[in-house]
Amino acid sequence: MTVMPAKQADKHVSWRGQAESAEADRTSAEVDDAASIKELRSQSRKLLGSMIRPHKKAIAFLCGILLVQNFTSMATPLLVMFGIDNAIPAIRDRGDYSVLIGIAVAFAVVSVVKYVCVRLYIAQSAKVGNAMLFALRNRVFRKFQDLSVSFHERFTSGRVTARQSSDMESIREMTENGVDDLVLAGLNVITITVVMLVIDPRLAAVTLLTFPLMILLGRWFNKVSTLAYRRARETVALLIVYFVESMGGVRAVQAYRREERDRELFAGLNTDNRFAQAKGHQQNAVMSGGMRGIGHLATVVVLVFGGWQVMQGNTEVGVLAAFLLYMKRFFDPLNELVQFYNVLQSATSALEKISGVLDEKVEVAEPEEPRSIDHPRGELRFDNVRFQYREDQVVLPGLDLRIPGGQTMALVGATGAGKTTIAKLVSRFYDPKAGTVSLDGVDLRDLTERDLRENIVMITQENFLFNGTIAENIELGKPGAGRERIIEAAKVVGAHEFIDALPEGYDTHVRKRGGRLSAGQRQLVVFARAFLADPRVLILDEATSSLDIPSERLVQRALRTILADRTAIIIAHRLSTVEIADRVLVLEHGRIIEDGHPNELIDHGGEYATLHRQWEDSLV
Amino acid sequence: MGSERLKTPELSETDDLEPQRSAPARTTALTNLWRIKKYLYPYRFRLALLWTMVLLNIASGLAIPPLVGRAIDGPIADRDMRGLWIIVGFIALLGAADAILQLSRRYMQTTTAMAIEADMRAGLYEHLQRLHTGFHDRWQTGQLLARVTSDLGMIRRFFAGGLVFAITSIGMILIIMGQLVFIEWRLALIVAASAVPLFLIGRKFFKGYLPAARSEQDQSGEVSSAAEESALGIRAIKALGRGPLMAARFEKEAAELRDRGINKSLIASRSWSGYDAIATAAIGAVLVFGSVMVAEGRMTVGDLTAFVMLQLALLWPIEASGWVMAHGNEAMTAADRVYEVFDTEPAIKDRPGAKAIDRSEVRGELVFEDVRFGYEDDSRDILRGVDLRVKPGETVAIAGKTGSGKSTLVSLPSRLNDPTGGRILLDGTDIRDLRLANLRSVVTTAFEEATLFSMSVRENLALGRPDADEADLEAALRVAQAEFVHDLPYGLDTRIGEQGLSLSGGQRQRLALARAVVVRPAVLVLDDPLSALDVHTEELVERALAQVLRETTALVVVHRPSTVALADRVALLHEGRIAAFGKHSELMAQSPEYVDVLSAEFERSTVEEVSA
Ligand SMILES: Nc1ncnc2c1ncn2[C@@H]1O[C@H](COP(=O)(O)OP(=O)(O)OP(=O)(O)O)[C@@H](O)[C@H]1O
Ligand SMILES: Nc1ncnc2c1ncn2[C@@H]1O[C@H](COP(=O)(O)OP(=O)(O)OP(=O)(O)O)[C@@H](O)[C@H]1O
Ligand SMILES: [Mg+2]
Ligand SMILES: [Mg+2]
Repeated sequence: MTVMPAKQADKHVSWRGQAESAEADRTSAEVDDAASIKELRSQSRKLLGSMIRPHKKAIAFLCGILLVQNFTSMATPLLVMFGIDNAIPAIRDRGDYSVLIGIAVAFAVVSVVKYVCVRLYIAQSAKVGNAMLFALRNRVFRKFQDLSVSFHERFTSGRVTARQSSDMESIREMTENGVDDLVLAGLNVITITVVMLVIDPRLAAVTLLTFPLMILLGRWFNKVSTLAYRRARETVALLIVYFVESMGGVRAVQAYRREERDRELFAGLNTDNRFAQAKGHQQNAVMSGGMRGIGHLATVVVLVFGGWQVMQGNTEVGVLAAFLLYMKRFFDPLNELVQFYNVLQSATSALEKISGVLDEKVEVAEPEEPRSIDHPRGELRFDNVRFQYREDQVVLPGLDLRIPGGQTMALVGATGAGKTTIAKLVSRFYDPKAGTVSLDGVDLRDLTERDLRENIVMITQENFLFNGTIAENIELGKPGAGRERIIEAAKVVGAHEFIDALPEGYDTHVRKRGGRLSAGQRQLVVFARAFLADPRVLILDEATSSLDIPSERLVQRALRTILADRTAIIIAHRLSTVEIADRVLVLEHGRIIEDGHPNELIDHGGEYATLHRQWEDSLV
Repeated sequence: MGSERLKTPELSETDDLEPQRSAPARTTALTNLWRIKKYLYPYRFRLALLWTMVLLNIASGLAIPPLVGRAIDGPIADRDMRGLWIIVGFIALLGAADAILQLSRRYMQTTTAMAIEADMRAGLYEHLQRLHTGFHDRWQTGQLLARVTSDLGMIRRFFAGGLVFAITSIGMILIIMGQLVFIEWRLALIVAASAVPLFLIGRKFFKGYLPAARSEQDQSGEVSSAAEESALGIRAIKALGRGPLMAARFEKEAAELRDRGINKSLIASRSWSGYDAIATAAIGAVLVFGSVMVAEGRMTVGDLTAFVMLQLALLWPIEASGWVMAHGNEAMTAADRVYEVFDTEPAIKDRPGAKAIDRSEVRGELVFEDVRFGYEDDSRDILRGVDLRVKPGETVAIAGKTGSGKSTLVSLPSRLNDPTGGRILLDGTDIRDLRLANLRSVVTTAFEEATLFSMSVRENLALGRPDADEADLEAALRVAQAEFVHDLPYGLDTRIGEQGLSLSGGQRQRLALARAVVVRPAVLVLDDPLSALDVHTEELVERALAQVLRETTALVVVHRPSTVALADRVALLHEGRIAAFGKHSELMAQSPEYVDVLSAEFERSTVEEVSA
């Protein structure tokens, strides 16, 4: 065999590996064909509309403020003109100061109005902007919570975080900066166009001839930068995914001296992102140069045409001069606006990404017409259930199984046999591809999320602790349970002793992912959490794998009492755990090969008997 | 301007999670922004060119209006078409130059700023990689992420936008002020006097805005953290049906962020909203006094008009300076937050004069001498004097109760933690005198939790040895009984889900084991390596692993009697010390504590008792 270095060329696919579905990195709305891109755009507009709608009044008010502000800005130069033309002669000729006093008062009024306007505007727009973002944040968060486990599996937490951090940041930037400039500039363009038309329609017409040029430029920018900003949103998401993951696993990175390789890969993503981000800004630079050019072009044309007109005696010099001044005031704000366009484009792309998330179909959805269970017995049934994660690898080919209410069933089998998969189907992390899973005769798909979770609780193989205190983590099992019940739960599973010995007892902060506890301690906390939840059906997926023998013994005892009147599925490799079960199921490649009471199976002399013997041998 | 007045009471709710989380004094915030110059240095020539272009651009922009005036007063008034064409030609040329300058300077400005931002990001990443695990335990990923993305973005935007704008504005204000003084110094005094309230407001603004911006940015990190955590923990959340609860918690964080954002803007609204008004009032004052002066014949109408016109041109830069100040403030707090991370020294790093070691010369004798250890900000001593001597090539199992410190103990030889007392010797040398990178290639750890990454299987396997060839990988996969990877859709090139969650528990663990075996270290540390395997697979792995362990020194944390079979000797960790050390059978006979923790009888009796 040829020796091939494991480290391959720095192409993304090679180190990231081949994803199993083409849509691994995006929501289904983000497929690349032209139609869906257009669709996405219109969806994002709709989203924007729905964000604005609740604040229509406030936004109208804000526009009012801006109108007044625009008016006062226009008034200032007029007041100056008026003052110079009238107040001075009045004083000089008649010693009459009243006009001057009038002007002074007018200025005072204008100043105060300006102050009030700006102040109101900043405060109000901050309230509206923040409220809009707040609503959007919550909506997106809830949506992510609703989406199925398999969605999260391919989307990854990093991308979820990216949507909720950097994309939101882009939108925030837009709400915070420049919307007022946009509106003011719009008002300004309108007012000045009118003024120019009044002063000299022909010159105005010549000026307006530059409009098509501006529109062309704007169109061009819109088209190219949309692509650039979309790409930038993606590159930054990739960067975040990598960052989040490599920081989450920094222990492994350090222990395996992977820093350098990690840095290399991060640098690659960093550079991609840098160029992608820069691209939109560079296009914006081109646009801003173009806008300036158009402004100058207009000046030149007006100067030549206007000059010619003056020479022909069709216009006064004064009119031309005034016209040129107004033209400057027409183009200056537009130049400023070009920069805001940047922010706007970036926010639009972010909105697209977010609307993609909000439009994602929920695979494991709530029923349209839910059925309820009043007095759950806890009977579980699998009817001809087929399931696979990947098209060509069937995990459960066709499972038929009935677990009567109150039974404790143990599930054993080689690793990868599909034990966890069965557990996940019962807790409806996934829906079966064919057949049904039902609780007390009701298809799980017909139960509301609330009913389902109230009745079925699973302890997963990975013990996840949240950033918070130990008490808070246990309390997740039953929010609102008091301290006594939390302590009681901890006592039952044998966690109280170590918790009590911690410096702050139950109020000890477990830190990120429970880093402050040992693996066994984490497992005990999770166990206490499930115990507190007190469901009809309890699923334990290797819930004691990291415990020492004395702790396991304690847990075992607790289980005997807890499970007495409950349906339970216990998955375990240590057969000591299995033997508290009423029934054992041996699973091989997703098929049940043995089913019966543990002692029965041992006598029977099949697969389980072999396993059991092997296990007994291993103990010596 | 003392910084001592800038203490911020409203931030006292800082928890123990992020240390030093309080608003910065203004001076330190400024210093921190200034420290960024290190990243600007490599671009100094480009920046110099850029600034030249900015100045030229300003000049070209300012040169056109006078030319237009000349055209009107000259050729047009004189009805000289030829003269007009000449001047217009000049204007067209200047205009083209101005547009091109504008284009290229903006282009360069953003390109450079992005490059600097990327450099800082890479620098921050590198620093974070070096920080010890204690730091990472304490900092939520969202907070780090906020620093690496939005804070750096803020700094970039300030340098690329706000700063350029501020400097051009200041330049413009100075030029205009000069002209004003030249026209009529007494009126210019009025304008100058209006700068006093502007300054006072600005100072007040800084005082209030800095902590407000800081607290908003901090909260934004919290929101990201909440988002990240709830995505990572989605299985736990769904298993309990706590989605609504998490959403309610998130809403609380988001509401806090909203309120802090509003609060920040309210501070802005209270201060620089006055800027425009003051400047307008100043125009009014000039107009009034000027009119009187004109009426009294001490000034001409033309001068007054010119004066006020110039003053009108001042309005926009003054108005915008509020916005620039806000940006500057945000950049300052962002820099402060970034430097908070940069200023955290890695607790575990090479000592000066650390020695390099060669893997091939390591015999693998590992000695713990009176090793003591307690986690930082935790009063308990986990290890209270561990003495243990592992002979080269020997495999020692570490047994002990849940939480007795086994994982802590085995994290020491690769210096993931440093002992607080005593020392650890590798072939007679204190491991702290060895180069860290070297040491970690000699000592390799497989953690209790398989820390896998959403990358290809190959990349995960070769984590500790990027140059491993196909044969090495195969051998390791065989040892760990992890040949299942070949059945994945793309074999070794399949991307495994985040944290390996598209694999079964046992598959994850075997992959992590294979990853450690690939490295072929002199000292192999396995923390409870077989906990997720079924009895049958466990036996197969044990058999294969025994071959590997024969050649290396190994520490294996065990919970089960079955795993003890791997070891030559067993050490019992009890109350922070090695309470017993010897062969399994010896200990079973001699040590009641050992029997307590690891007795097969015990386990079997559990079964009997329970099933009785
Ligand atoms: N999310 C997933 N995506 C794709 N394949 C998966 C996923 N989860 C599990 N599998 C595959 O399905 C098969 C069954 O996995 P499952 O987790 O049910 O095994 P298990 O019996 O619980 O094993 P273990 O004892 O190791 O936990 C395995 O081959 C695994 O690789
Ligand atoms: N990062 C940390 N900060 C503070 N305390 C910690 C930290 N990590 C572990 N501890 C504490 O140190 C003690 C020993 O933990 P360790 O993980 O070494 O136990 P262990 O023997 O490996 O247990 P297990 O068998 O459950 O894995 C525990 O009481 C734990 O709470
Ligand atoms: Mg499993
Ligand atoms: Mg441990």
